[in-house]
Amino acid sequence: MTLDFAPVWGGLPELLKGTVVTIEVTAAAFLLSAVLGLLVGIIRLNPARRVLYGIASAYVAFIRGTPLLVQLFLLFFGLPQFGILLPAMLCGVIGLGIYSGSYVSEVVRGAIQSIDRGQMEAARSLGMSYREAMWEVVLPQAFRRMLPPLGNETIALIKNSALVSLLTIDDVMREGQRIISTSFRALEVYIAVALIYFVLTNAATWILRQLEKRMTVERG
Amino acid sequence: MIEIRNVYKSFGSTEVLKDVSLTVPPSRTTVVIGPSGSGKSTLLRCCNCLETADRGEIRINHRTIISDGKPLPDKELNALRAETGMVFQSFNLFPHMTTVENVMRAPVVVRGMAKAEARELAMELLRKVGLGDKADVYPSTLSGGQKQRAAIARALAMKPKVMLFDEPTSALDPELVGEVLQVMKTLAEEGMTMMVVTHEMGFAREVADTVVVMADGRIVESGPPEQIFTNPTQERTRGFLRALVDGHLAGARPQPVADDPLDALPGNH
Repeated sequence: MTLDFAPVWGGLPELLKGTVVTIEVTAAAFLLSAVLGLLVGIIRLNPARRVLYGIASAYVAFIRGTPLLVQLFLLFFGLPQFGILLPAMLCGVIGLGIYSGSYVSEVVRGAIQSIDRGQMEAARSLGMSYREAMWEVVLPQAFRRMLPPLGNETIALIKNSALVSLLTIDDVMREGQRIISTSFRALEVYIAVALIYFVLTNAATWILRQLEKRMTVERG
Repeated sequence: MIEIRNVYKSFGSTEVLKDVSLTVPPSRTTVVIGPSGSGKSTLLRCCNCLETADRGEIRINHRTIISDGKPLPDKELNALRAETGMVFQSFNLFPHMTTVENVMRAPVVVRGMAKAEARELAMELLRKVGLGDKADVYPSTLSGGQKQRAAIARALAMKPKVMLFDEPTSALDPELVGEVLQVMKTLAEEGMTMMVVTHEMGFAREVADTVVVMADGRIVESGPPEQIFTNPTQERTRGFLRALVDGHLAGARPQPVADDPLDALPGNH
């Protein structure tokens, strides 16, 4: 058996275009998951706000308890039955973002709960409102503790984004499959695709680690 | 001025405060002493609603902060807390801010003070507590005594009319206790209204206008320090003071107990 990487080199422009799409989908989904995760994580700190807490908990339970692929298909193939026809790209971003957000919310909640209660008390005793105390005192400290688990989430998000190729989004996975369909060089092309994901996940890890380092140095 | 009227508080089925009434008059220092578990810290924390008193009423500067389990609405509560400085046993400095940022943050956030002005105020307060040279370092590099002095400066930055101290020196190495007590003494002399929960009997003796003895969630006895320390009327008070002296002596050289056992306490002149 001989490996022939010629189709990979020939298809490199398409693969790179697909890589850009993968990065776009992941970045947009990351932003969505961060906002969603922060909101849901904070809401789930306080069971006394029953309705909000109930909705947030149901969201986390449902999203974490069902496969991402099913969720994506619900958005892409299911919603049209209600006349809701979202563009594939939007379905991908929303699906990935909602999925990742449920995990991020647990990261957020855990990090906030790990901050000593005295911090909130000190802030409130100075007259800050709950929101001010959270924003000024608790979250900046919690954020630093979120970074390592957030790194895991980001890696998972990048890898999971390969599923959006099934929604007809031309990400790196789908571009790879397209090259295979004409060259029949599955092994070589998937090796190339795997390498691209490998580079992406490690770049993301590196960026987060730099952030972590800088925050540690800043605070002596 | 702090007025505590018939306050009750339970944690689950444990009654921590039972019908406690106490007044801290303006510009006076009231020191609350008593064995651990007596409810003194809980009482202090009820005064700015960090704990919710179940029954009774607490008034700060003639405004009701809580009445029969119902605290003030959030906005007014925040405003009243801003005027009530609190100093914690574990300092609770904000580790992600430098010392001066710790002190200036609340005036900026809560009062909307301009940053430059707040920094000036913070520097002035840091110099007052002897930390002018520590403004730009992070709290992790400070000693315990320095941390607590910074925490006092942070509370003072809100220009409080009342200060609450919750065992401010209990987490400190013995040699660092004096510097914190000195700052508190200066505050008391400047006319601050203070309620202090502490085990520092020397401080109570020297600085308190009134000493309140608590045990089992009740006030056992209160009065001027001379009376409490030299002529306590309640057996509970005598027992507590005796135990305290024994504890001190256990760690010191063995020696016969003096006629007045309190002579053996440090800080007794």
